[in-house]
Amino acid sequence: MKKWSLLTLVGADQPGIVSKVTQALAAVDCELGETSMMRMGCNFSMMLRVHHDGKDLPDLLKGVCSELKLHLHVDEDVDGACVDNEPDVNITVYGADRSGIVAEVTSTLADAGLNIIDLETALAGTTDKPIYIMTIEGQAKNGVDALTDAAKTISAAVEMNIVPIQTLRA
Amino acid sequence: MTVLEIIHYPDDRLKQESQEVELFDQELKDFVTDLEETRMAGPGAVGIAAPQVGCAKRLAIVDVSGLKKPVDNHGYLLMINPEITKWEGMEKGREGCLSVPDFTGNVIRAEKIKIRFQGLDAQWTEFETHGYEARAIQHEIDHLDGMLFLDRLVSRRTDLFQRKIYKK
Repeated sequence: MKKWSLLTLVGADQPGIVSKVTQALAAVDCELGETSMMRMGCNFSMMLRVHHDGKDLPDLLKGVCSELKLHLHVDEDVDGACVDNEPDVNITVYGADRSGIVAEVTSTLADAGLNIIDLETALAGTTDKPIYIMTIEGQAKNGVDALTDAAKTISAAVEMNIVPIQTLRA
Repeated sequence: MTVLEIIHYPDDRLKQESQEVELFDQELKDFVTDLEETRMAGPGAVGIAAPQVGCAKRLAIVDVSGLKKPVDNHGYLLMINPEITKWEGMEKGREGCLSVPDFTGNVIRAEKIKIRFQGLDAQWTEFETHGYEARAIQHEIDHLDGMLFLDRLVSRRTDLFQRKIYKK
């Protein structure tokens, strides 16, 4: 009986991480589902949903993790694929960097019904004048207007654009 | 009237360029009727192109007049041998496709277009359109050129700062 596991791997970035990890999995017929892989600072992070027949994944990846100095964490993904993953709102936030932007924006929007599906942030600008940029795709459980109203209460000096996503099917 | 079978990628026929329609006959009319019925059978589909049912003809239907959140539109559009003659602006939007089940992704399209096409009587029509309807037309014409929205996917991180609904 096959099952899904969720792997998280993190380590100092270097060429070959993705190819070596995925080759180790492919060699024993572990199939990949959704994955997210990106550089964060000087680290490289990977999260992979893996479909397999009960393999000992930590043992399987021991060699490659040791070679590339990767930390590995395995979760059993009992619920499988999420079917309700269609975003209906796109939000961009940016402004002069300060602590607490993500916390303030997301808590306000969560109270107004936002379920975040995808969120990414980045630091940009210059060292003496850094700016913070955040993009969110999510579901507006109480409608997009509720988010727009809630956004007006956010005190931070941030620019915020809230745009409904009307998915085209054709 | 018949609901035709929608073909799914990786069927090679979706990657072929379609041929101009030259014969405006009863067979064409019947095919258009079946194609529209097939579109209506697809859940919430605002458009369909002939290659999606395995027919390599330059013909597509778009109708965005029935959306829950209404958008500017020209009603039901049967477009035979359509051509886009003008593009303006860019906008990111989310698309899905009857021929690519269970996946939606972000695609950048022209915000405004000018389109010309023939009807069943072979007469040409030309007009400008924008936004959602323009997106749907571009999606369908891509099918006629053997392109899928998958060919135009942009990274999740690609963000055009879109028209502002709310600015603090």
